[in-house]
Amino acid sequence: MRRYSAFAIAREAARYHQGWERAWASPKPKKKYDVVIVGAGGHGLATAFYLGKNFGITNVAIIEKGWLGGGNTGRNTTIIRSNYLQDPSAAIYEKARSLYETMSQDLNYNVMFSPRGVMMLAQTESEVRGYERTAHANALQGVTTEFISPQRVKELVPIMNIDGPRYPVLGALWQARAGTARHDAVAWGYARACSDMGMDIIQKCEVTGVRQANGVVTGVDTTHGQIDCDKLAMLVAGNASHLADMAGFRLPMESVALQALVSEPIKPCIDVVVMANTVHGYMSQSDKGELVIGGGTDGFNNYTQRGSFHHVEETVRALVETFPIISRLKMLRQWGGIVDVTGDRSPIIGKTPLGNCFINCGWGTGGFKSIPGSGWAMAETVAKGEPGALAGAFGLNRFTEGRFIDESVAAGVAH
Amino acid sequence: MLILECPYCGVVADETDLHGGGEAHLKRFGPGSSDEDFQTYLFHRANPKGVHFERWRHVSGCGKWFHAARNTMTLEVYGTYSAQTYEPPKAIINAVIKKHPEWEGYK
Repeated sequence: MRRYSAFAIAREAARYHQGWERAWASPKPKKKYDVVIVGAGGHGLATAFYLGKNFGITNVAIIEKGWLGGGNTGRNTTIIRSNYLQDPSAAIYEKARSLYETMSQDLNYNVMFSPRGVMMLAQTESEVRGYERTAHANALQGVTTEFISPQRVKELVPIMNIDGPRYPVLGALWQARAGTARHDAVAWGYARACSDMGMDIIQKCEVTGVRQANGVVTGVDTTHGQIDCDKLAMLVAGNASHLADMAGFRLPMESVALQALVSEPIKPCIDVVVMANTVHGYMSQSDKGELVIGGGTDGFNNYTQRGSFHHVEETVRALVETFPIISRLKMLRQWGGIVDVTGDRSPIIGKTPLGNCFINCGWGTGGFKSIPGSGWAMAETVAKGEPGALAGAFGLNRFTEGRFIDESVAAGVAH
Repeated sequence: MLILECPYCGVVADETDLHGGGEAHLKRFGPGSSDEDFQTYLFHRANPKGVHFERWRHVSGCGKWFHAARNTMTLEVYGTYSAQTYEPPKAIINAVIKKHPEWEGYK
């Protein structure tokens, strides 16, 4: 792999950019791999990357039914934060956030991480109490957050109407080191690094069956034929139940559509991420000038990657109330992704009832921010066969034991 | 916009008047059952790609719970029916089979 650098740009500019090589290879699948990872989204690619980097396992295939990063990795609102209430969540999301800080250097790929700060508005008394509690919990967890006053909110976001008639802003939970990153670049950067380590990324290859013998996984059937493996890792987000069904077990999970939309591009007007959970809307401004807006999930099972229109209406209504200057903006695009929501709104990382088969799913509406931390924890789980410190609390067995990681307060709507 | 007919009051309501209640026909396990059964009842869901039988409540109407058969891949609705049943009625099953002869059937 030829490194990207200022020198490389100058060199290629001198020869009309003819010398750039492909970022990753597209090989034919081999007969057998040490580890087969299903799903070449952020989580799958990050798992592969840390399997190679931290554990030296590089005989790995990452197979993807669509195109690389074309699922939820390319459909989210790119928010990165770690201000969670529960200890296991704060640990894994903070690990992810800290890995995002050095990701561009680690991958030699500019993921445009922008620690611009994330603000979660408190617009009811119970939200004020909830976020003050979260700020205290974060202080104990070593995650830097603070509860800020409405005046400070107005200083940080001058375009916000903090005296709305319905839900005036009473304060906000502020994480200054949170922010955004370029979502596609995260997938592309990991893919390039994995390909460089000799891993095979196989796109347009759908898994049609999971092979097993004596309760242990032996491989997968795909649209490109049979691929054998010693270990199988499933990281397929909304399709997790479908894949688990092939492997012969059920998951505590439902798949629903989550929507997002962007406005026409305008001049810079907001340089932080604002989330307003009471009125159901969140917004940030991309480098292109578009306002990136996240909506709500539908209340029914859905695999169609499109959501109901009334959610768009609710979201835009809420944001016009919060940011009156956007009232005459046109919206450019709207899209949906299928998110996998568990009973306690926390992810599942760990072993499955099938031997040597590991699963990582259930990130629901908050998968993007966790990509590096999730990959780090999943790689350890796959390499050692047992979850480590980061993944330990997220096993499937927590549902039998009633040991929930109840983040529904934080993750009910907005991410 | 998802539109369902409430089998109790006959009103054709869109999804803003309704509230989804998840998988229908769950077999209930209570005190005295095994941990495994209790977990399955509380948390495990079919979540199929395709035909799905589910509960809905007509919240902004008659307030009653009812059942619907719907496809999660195409969003087509096969029909709605009373909640006073342990499994989908014959007419609903036939409506699904008519559209999808290859459907593997109600499990």
